[in-house]
Amino acid sequence: MTLSTVDDLNEPLKWPEGGITRIPYRLYVDPEIYALEQQRIFRGPVWNFLCLEIDIPNAGDFKTSTVGEIPIIVTRDENGDVHAMVNRCVHKGALVCLKEKGNAKLLNCIYHSWSYDLQGRLKGVAFRNGLKGKGGLPDDFDASQHSLEPLRVELFCGLVFGTFSEETPSAESYFGKPMSDFMRRNLDRPLKPLGMHSQIIHNNWKLYAENVRDSYHATLLHTFYSTFKINRLDMDGGIILAEDKWHSISYAKRATFDEAPEYKQEKIHSVQYDDSLAGPQLLNSWPEFEDGITHSIQALFPNLAVQFTLNSLAVRFFVPRGIDKTELFWFYVGYERDDEAQTAMRVMQGNLTGASGLVSLEDGCINEFVQRGTKGSADGMGLAEMGGREVESSDQSRATETAIRGFWTGYRRIMDIA
Amino acid sequence: MAGEMTARTEIEDFIVSYAHDIDDGAVERWPGYFAEDGIYQIITRETFEAGLPLGIMYCEGRGMMSDRVKAMQTANIYEAHTYCHMLGRSQIGSGDNGRYGVRTNFNIVRTMQDGGSKMFAVGKYLDVIEIQDGRPLFKERRVVLESRRVDILLVYPL
Repeated sequence: MTLSTVDDLNEPLKWPEGGITRIPYRLYVDPEIYALEQQRIFRGPVWNFLCLEIDIPNAGDFKTSTVGEIPIIVTRDENGDVHAMVNRCVHKGALVCLKEKGNAKLLNCIYHSWSYDLQGRLKGVAFRNGLKGKGGLPDDFDASQHSLEPLRVELFCGLVFGTFSEETPSAESYFGKPMSDFMRRNLDRPLKPLGMHSQIIHNNWKLYAENVRDSYHATLLHTFYSTFKINRLDMDGGIILAEDKWHSISYAKRATFDEAPEYKQEKIHSVQYDDSLAGPQLLNSWPEFEDGITHSIQALFPNLAVQFTLNSLAVRFFVPRGIDKTELFWFYVGYERDDEAQTAMRVMQGNLTGASGLVSLEDGCINEFVQRGTKGSADGMGLAEMGGREVESSDQSRATETAIRGFWTGYRRIMDIA
Repeated sequence: MAGEMTARTEIEDFIVSYAHDIDDGAVERWPGYFAEDGIYQIITRETFEAGLPLGIMYCEGRGMMSDRVKAMQTANIYEAHTYCHMLGRSQIGSGDNGRYGVRTNFNIVRTMQDGGSKMFAVGKYLDVIEIQDGRPLFKERRVVLESRRVDILLVYPL
């Protein structure tokens, strides 16, 4: 049976007392909730990231992706228009595209050779009229009634988004003005791919969604950030929440660093490390924007983040692969306009993040530690009270969990949990 | 002929010794396998074959490598684990100007604290090895991974 509301769960679910500052561990471990998320979130009124526009630059290009666990094909047709559809043949349900990327005039299911155009319309059925006058499909079979299941598509700042829901507003109003403006700042010019890899992290996808919104942990767990003064809580910075709360931006301005005594007094692990680099070219950078922001993470509901650390620009896309498994994709990009030296700096700074990121590699395991730590305690709950209990932007401090409360505010709303 | 055999033996011993040092946890010896300005990169096959520059780890010179070592020993946080390299036979190029292009396939099994040993990385080393003062050193070591996917994280060099 398909789950469609929390009332369909075998075990009733209510948000605990204490509201959004309490996060039930059950949300990370209950397979029924995971199934419900596939319906309410990924098939619901959200814009799901599908791919970058530069993944499919030419007519006939296609790329496979996923929305939640649903396999998706993204195509660019003869007219340059982008389409997205479920990668599932209308006949037997087999995958139509097996390759991750390619260029084709028709998408052909290998099982029984049914083929589709780049908009997903059924164009050919093998032996449709049978052989020697026998067999074949009934005369009244109407191919126009059998297209690949479509998604609505919007292109925004070089990113391709898709939604199953008719209710999803335009991407711009879904993200809201502050988020849209910041996406334009970071992405709204011709992009150039630099490299891609992914990481399997052994935790529920929402733990990573929290992690990218967790400005409190960033400089405590990630030694490199604080030691090399790339990002510390004693720089000017803040958290901007979208009106809907579930998207957010965390930003810092490196030039405003004013050392707070707490980093030394509290013997924080992350500043014990001697800060002289034998290869200082690692941190060569140039100021790209007049607003002074040198570090930002923008988290977009449900499972996307855009990182801009110094000059390292990456789209992070985290795909649920099961209740306790997530694939985290790192798409590193620069701009077409970059000169050689700028590209070289972006490449060098690629060392900061990703699966081997000097500042970020801990995120590969830290969320798994939560997944493992909460095992057997589905009735327990986590705390998110740093910076108060409100769910508002914070321009004074990033020692706050307001963006995490924002994520859960949106999650609770879309999941309709009382 | 004898000279070529010597070079092969030296290069093979060098490549094996690199792997064994990492397997034995002597990661501080890693930068010493490279020329002062040597390059080390871990990159996925997909990115490499697309001719794109940004992989998973990239060091230019021994200094950046020793920074990596220092970070993994004192700063980075991760669950303890060890590697075991299995190397294929090296294919060694002509050695013009004292530089050899060398390709060696590898499998690396990672063992975690809980006792699980699993295949962690499969791929090829594409090396440029230079004999300096009678000793081989990497001018370049490009580690091309078959898979785009890293399980959990990658902290020790491959």
